[in-house]
Amino acid sequence: MNQYTISALVANKSGVLTRVAALFARRGYNIESLSVCKTETDAFSRMTIVLNGDDYILGQMMKQMDKLIDVKKIKRVEEDAVSRELLLVKVKTDSATRSQILEISQIFRAKVVDVSIEATILELTGKPSKLDGFVTMLLPYGVMELARTGVTAISRGKTCIQDETDYKEKI
Amino acid sequence: MKKIGAEILIECLKEQGVSTVFGYPGGTVLDIYDALYRDGTINHVITSHEQGAAHAADGYARVTGRTGVVIATSGPGATNLVTGIATAFMDSVPVVAITGNVGITMLGRDSFQEIDISGITMPITKHNYIVKDVNTLADVIREAFLIANSGRKGPVLIDILKNVQVGEAEYEPAIPAAAHSKPVPASALESAAAALKKAERPLILVGGGAIASDASREVVALAEKLDAPVASTLMGLGACPASHPLFVGMIGMHGTATAAKLCMESDCILALGTRFSDRVALNRDKFAAGKTVIQIDIDDAEIDKNVPVTYSVLGDVKQALTTLLPMLQQKRRSFSKTAADYRAAEQKKNRTDELGHKVLIEAAKLAPKDTIVVTDVGQHQMWTAQYYPIERPRTFCTSGGLGTMGYGLGAAIGAAFGSGKHVILVTGDGCFNMNLNELSTAVTENLPITILLMNNRALGMVRQWQKLFYNNRFSQTDIRKKTDYVKFAESFGAKGYAIEKEADIAPVLKKALATPSPVLVDCRISNDENVLPMIRPGATYDTIITDWEEK
Repeated sequence: MNQYTISALVANKSGVLTRVAALFARRGYNIESLSVCKTETDAFSRMTIVLNGDDYILGQMMKQMDKLIDVKKIKRVEEDAVSRELLLVKVKTDSATRSQILEISQIFRAKVVDVSIEATILELTGKPSKLDGFVTMLLPYGVMELARTGVTAISRGKTCIQDETDYKEKI
Repeated sequence: MKKIGAEILIECLKEQGVSTVFGYPGGTVLDIYDALYRDGTINHVITSHEQGAAHAADGYARVTGRTGVVIATSGPGATNLVTGIATAFMDSVPVVAITGNVGITMLGRDSFQEIDISGITMPITKHNYIVKDVNTLADVIREAFLIANSGRKGPVLIDILKNVQVGEAEYEPAIPAAAHSKPVPASALESAAAALKKAERPLILVGGGAIASDASREVVALAEKLDAPVASTLMGLGACPASHPLFVGMIGMHGTATAAKLCMESDCILALGTRFSDRVALNRDKFAAGKTVIQIDIDDAEIDKNVPVTYSVLGDVKQALTTLLPMLQQKRRSFSKTAADYRAAEQKKNRTDELGHKVLIEAAKLAPKDTIVVTDVGQHQMWTAQYYPIERPRTFCTSGGLGTMGYGLGAAIGAAFGSGKHVILVTGDGCFNMNLNELSTAVTENLPITILLMNNRALGMVRQWQKLFYNNRFSQTDIRKKTDYVKFAESFGAKGYAIEKEADIAPVLKKALATPSPVLVDCRISNDENVLPMIRPGATYDTIITDWEEK
């Protein structure tokens, strides 16, 4: 089982996320994460999807997604692409553990965004594996809740998703 | 000029050249029906049930190649379309379904007859819309028609809120954008052409895509140039005339033994607009193992989906073949002789005594070549594919992908309107009972439809599987209805005849086919007949069953 990251420019309309998510569900694709954001143009949103599967599933998923009318461009993100995720984690803290938690945060270059007597909220951006490692280190102290954005990614160099050809333009 | 949404809809339908629509009125489409009434130029066919209307739009589209249109009200009207839309989706048939919905102020409040039909039909449409703003309506309708009839064709649904139907907007007439498919460049076909030149035993596998792209002439020209036998999927029947010397019949689960043998022996398969479904490539791993496979398809997602291919060409079949034909030289191949020998031997062996088969053979003899043949789903459908030679494209309508029992009568009504020709509907007593309400529609519209009801008092295909795989435990497949179908037909205003023995066939069919209005022929056939040949699901072609006793 491999992991692939796919970027897609989709119409910025209601219902598009449903179409994409429903496509994954009915075709049985296994999605690790999905994030949606605005782009530089109002007309499009950008989706970043992390897929678990093999080359067959990757190929099928990209082609099936490309067929959706609201999907304008789709691209597999290269393995060396810049790929980031943001984590917010609330850790149980008391006077005895606070300094240890701050020490771990420094090692990972996490930011302290909220401190209270019984809890600390930390923010960390990075590759998902780095976030996983950070969370593992915090688990013994008591992770009260956490939120991750899902991966967002962009190709290195000057190649852009806009350079891709929409399947619907080819036929 | 300013118009209300309902009027804009009618104007946009006329822009698209729509002359006939199928549908059923109701609360949230009152304004659309009022606009239809006031306009008076579009022929609206009211069916007994929205499902029949959806199948009619599908049948209309299949025989004409133009987009079929169906209108239904919100809630149950809309949900009744679902099976029809799904049928069109699975067989890539261009249909635009128009539904009304409650007004924007009522939306999302579980109002009377409110249903999220856009959500329901999302996986069975190419695309769908909820129109909330009358200013967007005209462009949505134009885009819907373009999407339905371009690329891989399919159904599109437009859900129009009540407030949009009565809201005013500026309407500017527009010339519809034509759904042209792009030419396929020679560079995309070089490898395929080289492989075809090298092939010693090429087999052409033709599917529904060849019909959808109106590529019949090119398919025949290619077969003759390559001197290659042509096998057809169920959806491809008619793309190559059944009487063509290179045609070897249907391929797949109930295909001819000839097609199965040739497929095994071929060294190169050229697939034209076919998706290697599990009813054709029953064992997708072994189906084409060791062979060169060339696939031409307009849907990129069909390439390598079921059977991995050696060379793929993305594009419209007609466009691709137009480019490919001049790249190939005429060549005689001994494989075509092998094909002809196999075919002759199989036909000699296959002399049938079965009453139902004989009805179909005789009907094909008596009916003109441009007669439209529509089927329902099951044994009679396969018998039709096997025994009724389809000579022309767009003269055969059948639910291939979804396998919709109850498809036939609605589709026959649509096909009759679309073609203006005589229609033969082959159905079974199981299927016919699902939507027999539409016989009243056929009578009301006085359509030339001859219904050949293969009445075996059984759900024959399921029963056959119970025989083969469930040790003769006939769970719920023996029909115990007491219906007298002749009287039934008469009570609906149609003519009814019965065929009970071979001597009845010719005189009854002659009478029926000469009648330009609905006739039901109750063909009382054995309840224990099988469809043969048969290849078990998942099995390879060498395990084909041609004789029931040998199974």
